Amino acid sequence: MEKSPLIKMKAVFFSFFAGLDRQLGLILLGLAAVGFFTFLSASQNTPVQITDELRNLALSFVVMWIVSRIPPKWLEMGAVWIYALGVTLLVAVAAFGLIKKGARRWLNIGVVIQPSEIMKIAMPLMLAWYFQKREGLQKTWDYAVAIIILAIPVFLIARQPDLGTALLVFAAGLYVIILAGLPWKWILPFVCVAVIGILLIIIFGGTICAHDVVWPFVHDYQKHRICTLLDPSSDPLGKGFHTIQSMIAIGSGGFFGKGWFQGTQAHLEFIPEKHTDFVFAVFSEEFGLLGNLILLALFFALIKRGLAISASAPNLFTRLLGASVTLIFFTYAFVNIGMVSGLLPVVGVPLPFISYGGTALVTLGFGAGILMSIHRHRRLVQS
Amino acid sequence: MVSFKKPDLDSFQERIHIATLFVTFCFLLLVTRLVWLQLVSHSKYALLAESNRIALVPAPANRGLIIDRNGIVIGRNYSALTLDVNAEEVKGNVDQLINDLSEIIDISPRDRRNFKRSLEDSRNMGTFPLRSMLNETETARFMANRYRFPGVEIRARSFREYPYNELASHLIGYIGRVSQRDKERMQSEIENSKADDPDALQTSFLPGIQYVGKIGLEQSYENVLRGVPGYDQVEITAGGKPVRTLSSSPSVPGKNIVLSVDIKLQYLVEQLYGNFRGAFVAIEPETGDVLAFVSKPNFNPNDFVEGIDSVTWKELNDSPQKPLYNRPLKGIYPPGSTYKPFMALAALENKKRTASQTIFDPGYFDFGNHTFRDDKKGGHGTVDMQKSIVESCDTYYYMLARDMGVNMIADFMKPFGFGQITGIDLQGEAKGVLPSTEWKQNTFKKPEQQKWYEGETISLGIGQGYNSFTILQLAHAMANLANNGVVMKPHLVKAIEDPFTRNRVLTTPKESYRIELNPENIEVIKKAMIEVNRSGTSAAAFQGTGYVAGGKTGTAQVFSLNSKDYKHGATAEFLRDHALYIAFAPADKPTIVIAMVVENAGFGAQYAAPIARSALDYYIEGKWPKEVPEWKRAP
Repeated sequence: MEKSPLIKMKAVFFSFFAGLDRQLGLILLGLAAVGFFTFLSASQNTPVQITDELRNLALSFVVMWIVSRIPPKWLEMGAVWIYALGVTLLVAVAAFGLIKKGARRWLNIGVVIQPSEIMKIAMPLMLAWYFQKREGLQKTWDYAVAIIILAIPVFLIARQPDLGTALLVFAAGLYVIILAGLPWKWILPFVCVAVIGILLIIIFGGTICAHDVVWPFVHDYQKHRICTLLDPSSDPLGKGFHTIQSMIAIGSGGFFGKGWFQGTQAHLEFIPEKHTDFVFAVFSEEFGLLGNLILLALFFALIKRGLAISASAPNLFTRLLGASVTLIFFTYAFVNIGMVSGLLPVVGVPLPFISYGGTALVTLGFGAGILMSIHRHRRLVQS
Repeated sequence: MVSFKKPDLDSFQERIHIATLFVTFCFLLLVTRLVWLQLVSHSKYALLAESNRIALVPAPANRGLIIDRNGIVIGRNYSALTLDVNAEEVKGNVDQLINDLSEIIDISPRDRRNFKRSLEDSRNMGTFPLRSMLNETETARFMANRYRFPGVEIRARSFREYPYNELASHLIGYIGRVSQRDKERMQSEIENSKADDPDALQTSFLPGIQYVGKIGLEQSYENVLRGVPGYDQVEITAGGKPVRTLSSSPSVPGKNIVLSVDIKLQYLVEQLYGNFRGAFVAIEPETGDVLAFVSKPNFNPNDFVEGIDSVTWKELNDSPQKPLYNRPLKGIYPPGSTYKPFMALAALENKKRTASQTIFDPGYFDFGNHTFRDDKKGGHGTVDMQKSIVESCDTYYYMLARDMGVNMIADFMKPFGFGQITGIDLQGEAKGVLPSTEWKQNTFKKPEQQKWYEGETISLGIGQGYNSFTILQLAHAMANLANNGVVMKPHLVKAIEDPFTRNRVLTTPKESYRIELNPENIEVIKKAMIEVNRSGTSAAAFQGTGYVAGGKTGTAQVFSLNSKDYKHGATAEFLRDHALYIAFAPADKPTIVIAMVVENAGFGAQYAAPIARSALDYYIEGKWPKEVPEWKRAP
């Protein structure tokens, strides 16, 4: 019996998706759908076209699909090279990068690229590789080496300056180090210092935000962001404007939201960067708390699934890599929503799969692809 | 191997578990935050979002026209392109901006002064015209350079214009930009009216009111002329750019006011006065219609509309001619001999004299140890009532005043309106003084001043002494006499006209009251006044009229019209007597009465009566004097 063309197509279709984790796939599809529909509304009055978004989503999917076919072993083998390439490019940026908006972040190699973006994946790859290599032989100074591996690119990125990306790269590496077993006695003091520090900043915000107080280690604009967060109304038309307006957008959305395309804050240009970093404000305004809970549920499901995949991964490298990538997704989402809703200072972190932006979508697709690949190759290894 | 790997895996599972807890905690934090923003504080943020997006854009109402009794428009609006500057955007560097703008558009020092004044008055809020009446070239030049001037734009605005400039300036008045005081006054008006009118706040949208009548009819008919400003609820972007109109409350244009004034008559009289100062009021006795209301010298009300500049203001304010002073309304003058017909009527009505009763005038009258002189040396001899009026015999009235006493005079004069507010539709009317014992009692503080001395009564008879009235009151009294005691309130506006349908609603008041007068007595007085123009003091001025007119001249000694301000060199002129004149015509059924004063002109017969003659010739017969340029309708 000749197979009917329909069944043939079906077979091709399934083989195309074969090995992709169905749960993860559905969650990502849900996020991409939310992202797409929000984009339609948020991109009003911006030069960005619907085709741009579709191209980015397709590109992200293709990257994910390709990466999902790559065995984790290959990634393990390439980890050092990718890391080395990333650091080299960062050094190149420091030497002859392009300056835009007062920051030296870009490199022209025919096309303009932002090497710090590579580091978001390269960092967990490198550290996971390192701990895999040292598996069973781990000594205390391994953590010191790991921290040096982490510190070099973070330092290079931070001095561009690009505190947002530096924090993300740092977080990505830190997750690997912590998951690899960094002793609690080392972690806890830092947690305590951080908690106390944050409390102090909140309590003494008024004093340390005084105009003439200079903060060590941070740029003036970074100090402003933190101070504005503590009291957005201190500068309602300047530094606090973004935060105030996005909070108004979210708050005015209420429980059910104003409806798709009905957000006044968004469509009357009160929200800055409304289709990129502040897209959550647009979504919140139009779909309300109900929409937000659904979105948060999707992100939570994504993280749960990612961690579950990592937990059942075959070796330390994949476990560390998968968990770290998953927690990076979490960090993106938390920092972005926290910043848009006025909990965290304004840093340039996109909302994963929702914010418009090709680079971020490719990076995210790469990350999702890694998770897919880990899931797919787990069975192959086990069988 | 397994023993090596097992703890690692456990440790990893444990850390994944902790990570999950951490993630859950963070997500709960976000959920709490979102619940706080979207449920707990929702109403606050909803309100903020609304006020973010909605702006009220005022739409000023078209102001009503001012039309004379024959349909000639004397107060109107024109639309012109103006260069508007948003005060908030130019803070600080106004001069630099004006300098830059003047490279492409002519900006006179006056424009600059006016604009800066507006800025100061407004405390740098709102949009103000820097230049108006832009022509096409200027408009094009600005549009080409527009990008250089954020906050500056070209807009069509409606302006108030008084096409005949100085003509009838005191009567029309002018509008001006709403001042802080005006705003506060209107605000309190609104608040007071809120109780009984729930729509008051909505219907009187304050930002839509940019101009307000400051003086004259523009002031007293402000509420009729202004209309109701409307506003658009406009959705705006963060940058303040209007997106769409959400709702619109259209403005209701103000109503036109139709004056009782004949503007051609007004023009003629103003021309006849020439450089003389003075006041002239003509009234239609049957209705109380004020036909002319002249105050000389005038000013140009157009100077005031966009805010008068300080130089012009100083000039007007410091001038010894007092051009801003509304003489017929506020200037008080002793009526002089024009008071005599009323005194004579009082005598008849109070039976203190009969018409034929005579006195002998030796040229003076002794009272106590004071001698009151008559104008005519040697006296008028035997004088009856008619002769006393025709020849203006003072002695007759000295005696009469003595015989009547101050209070009898006051009681008779009061219903005629002497020393009383006439209630004309202009604000700021002066009351003048109708002397009586009670008045003196109330006016002075020291007991010896409060006492009325008999000697003070004597000069009241010839319209001197404490007597001081406005020309409006004198005209009103003349109208009451001409109208046989039927008192009509004088008014300048006779109808309110709908701007669309042109339907007119008469506002003329009904008869106020009647003074009970014996018609025979009235006839005696009118006859005597007719004789004044035939053979008496104003006979020369009234030779050969085609109608019969009654009149009475008067000469009032100057007392104080701000004599302290007079320049030394000009003293002689300013000390000359005021020439007064009252008249009514045609005698059998008067259609017009006149009261007038020509300040410091000398004898009434010589200066005032000829002006009255020309005015009557025009009003009754349509004759235009050769020496006065033809009336030309404004384009």
